[in-house]
Amino acid sequence: MPSDHQPNTRSAIAASPATGRNERGLSPARHVLPNGLTILAKETRTTPAITIHAGFHAGTAYDPQDCAGLAHFVSKTIDRGTESRTADQIAEELDSRGVSLTVAVNRHAMWLVCTCLSEDFERILALVGDIAIRPAFPESEVETRRGEIITLLRQDQDNPATVAMETMMRGLYGNDHAYGRPVRGTLETVERMTAGDLRRFHRARFAPQALSLALVGDVGADRAVAATASVFGEWQADAPAGMNVVHVEPARARRSTVLPMMNKAQADVAYGFVAIRRGDPRYYAYWVMNNILGQYALGGRLGDSIRERQGMAYYTFSSLDASVAPGPLVVRAGVGPANVERAVSSIDVELSRFAADGPTDRELAESKQYLIGSMPRTLETNAGIATFLQTAELFGLGLDYDLRLPALLGDVSRDQVHEAARATLDPSRATVVVAGPYSGSLQ
Amino acid sequence: MDVREELLDNGLRVLIQEVHTAPLASVWCWYRVGSKDERPGLTGVSHWVEHMNFKGTTNIPREKVKGIIEQYGGYWNGYTWIDQTTYTETATHDALDHMLFIEAERMANCLYDPSDVESERTVIISELQGGENDPEQLLDQELTAAAFHAHPYRHPTIGWLGDLQTMTRDDLYGYYRQHYVPNNATLVIVGAVDADDAMRSAVKQFGTIPSGALSKSRYTPEPPQLGERRLTIAKEGTTSYLKVAYHAPAATDPDFFALLVLDSVLTGAKGLNLWASFRTPPPQRSARLYQAVVNSGLASAVSGGIVPTQDPFLYTVSLTATAGTALDSLEHRVLQVMDTVRTGGVTPQELAKAKTQLRARLVFEQDSISNIAHQLGFFETIANWRFFSSISPSIDAVTLEDVARVAAARFTAANRIIGRFEPHAE
Repeated sequence: MPSDHQPNTRSAIAASPATGRNERGLSPARHVLPNGLTILAKETRTTPAITIHAGFHAGTAYDPQDCAGLAHFVSKTIDRGTESRTADQIAEELDSRGVSLTVAVNRHAMWLVCTCLSEDFERILALVGDIAIRPAFPESEVETRRGEIITLLRQDQDNPATVAMETMMRGLYGNDHAYGRPVRGTLETVERMTAGDLRRFHRARFAPQALSLALVGDVGADRAVAATASVFGEWQADAPAGMNVVHVEPARARRSTVLPMMNKAQADVAYGFVAIRRGDPRYYAYWVMNNILGQYALGGRLGDSIRERQGMAYYTFSSLDASVAPGPLVVRAGVGPANVERAVSSIDVELSRFAADGPTDRELAESKQYLIGSMPRTLETNAGIATFLQTAELFGLGLDYDLRLPALLGDVSRDQVHEAARATLDPSRATVVVAGPYSGSLQ
Repeated sequence: MDVREELLDNGLRVLIQEVHTAPLASVWCWYRVGSKDERPGLTGVSHWVEHMNFKGTTNIPREKVKGIIEQYGGYWNGYTWIDQTTYTETATHDALDHMLFIEAERMANCLYDPSDVESERTVIISELQGGENDPEQLLDQELTAAAFHAHPYRHPTIGWLGDLQTMTRDDLYGYYRQHYVPNNATLVIVGAVDADDAMRSAVKQFGTIPSGALSKSRYTPEPPQLGERRLTIAKEGTTSYLKVAYHAPAATDPDFFALLVLDSVLTGAKGLNLWASFRTPPPQRSARLYQAVVNSGLASAVSGGIVPTQDPFLYTVSLTATAGTALDSLEHRVLQVMDTVRTGGVTPQELAKAKTQLRARLVFEQDSISNIAHQLGFFETIANWRFFSSISPSIDAVTLEDVARVAAARFTAANRIIGRFEPHAE
């Protein structure tokens, strides 16, 4: 495959409005069925295709305490047979129309996502509905997918980036917090999960009130609502319980962990802090702060120092994952074993400098201009629009969020960004993990 | 497809397509130079040159590079592969002149400051080492090297470490000057632009760049393989990987589309956009290999790779063995499936399904101006841009007999290369 110049470090940028030509912005249609299901519909005419994006409040945060990986296991099996369709029948219905259904899971949500040709919309939506409402979790399928998940876990154990991130998240949040547990579980939990566990999770978490369905593309709102009502309208289920968020105390001291993986060529550094919730009013200042620190152009200030000036790493960046609970701000880098200590020191220096001095006026202006200016690009495709609408729905940001977002970013002041940096970027309280061909001891 | 084409006096080909679905423009500047153009001792030079071409020019000082596109809300990137190197910006349409200025500077005026060469050396070695962390990537590199004895497709685009350690600034600069000339390039503009205005801007920015003396590159054709080749990587790890590759036809070979259909039947259709296709998994659960090795629990993943190239390259099936599965039994089952296709072809239903899948993928992969622009330029680097519009009819024209003939000819033991990653505990 081609070798990208830039590693993919920009996916953290979540938002953007519609076209500059249209002052009404996206103006999606939002419709709630009597059973509580929310439809978000947006018609576009770029291609004769429609993206179906179904989001449930069924992420790994809802894994039982002693059963890490259950939501992930459900995501691997939910589309492998329903009460009326075998796994092979589902596969045939999708494949014969060129559709691949992706079931993804993060901390808070499970997503069933696919793109189909406009002419196939009603049939594919009916299939997605059958999968969401009436999955069967057949024993033989559960066993086969268990083998796949165990293989994934074994691959993770051999991947320095994954090892570093999971260890850092456990260090930041602990095993009692949903964010501290491994998304895919452990060999032990995955070995003992049963089809009954999967069915119980589905019963507890899948309900029309917990579903927001974004339908974007070559489909008008009327057709979208009619098709949804026909597939999901009769579905009744109890509303799922909310999530208990365990409070996390920010670290009081620096914690460093080295995980030697001497069979590898390069070490991965994960360096993080507990930051803020998505709903926190300071969110936009943190967003701009993160962009200046480790995103803007080729990895922000971190990229300037570690990649451009010192030539130490092909990739370095920071990411902010503000979510329902206070999410992490993480600095990442991939460096040769001889450069591990110098890279970590450079991160320390950049963070201390940012916390002490805040951003320059120019940095602030550039990052704000970039984040606002990138919105049309992020909202160009059906998939981009669907993701944006789902984020706005999940966090209650409103149907006009695309129109309000430029001002929310534009109003961020230098002092607010400086305060965000001061409150977060303290190397003496960082949780630092290095995994790879390095066995020294970090300070 | 309404494409405005002009060949400027200096040899630069300009392709413009108006697409008014968003207030954006996408610019791609393509060069017919890739890792197959590298001579021994300079492997990796094409890719390193690509990195150096983001480092400042005569009229864009080094310190002005940061943010040069971001100030327009834009995105930039580039890639180097075996046949081509490309650079792209996508930003609001009012930034079009600015994007063209950047690409003209990149073509004519890059600086290659010696200190930038040294700092980029270690960045690229870090990129290489990051790739080596991934057993599948390592296996792919070794497999390709084993498949080609004579043709320069054999060396990896990133280059071999020894060359990356010794290459000089003059090696890089000389290669840049040799290949980065208008008569070796194609400029593509797609988006909310006026085609006449955009053409005038292109002429203004690029028209005065002199053409260069291009010597026609010659690539040693790979001689026929005389028997199965095998290689094994024995390295510490947790997971076993298998790759089964076959020498495949070039994009312009009539057999290419029959192989594309075969890949759809075996592992699900990917489409033909390298920039887009890996972002969405293929519809593959009813595919023959998925059924045979994933649903049976022998493998946790299977994928097929057939990509359009200028010279004959490879069709590669990649598999991850499930924990506890011996590579021998996985290999045995994969070869059984390949033999069944080789001797029996595919069914009419499979052919019809493959065509439907490919048609859908061709629609899905045209969902953005950057994807549309990618396809126009990409095919110009391996054949010509009109090839793109021939894809759909070429797929439609594939017959059961074509598929059977190509399977019989290609999926033989003598034409295959088998690579295994066999992990051992520490």
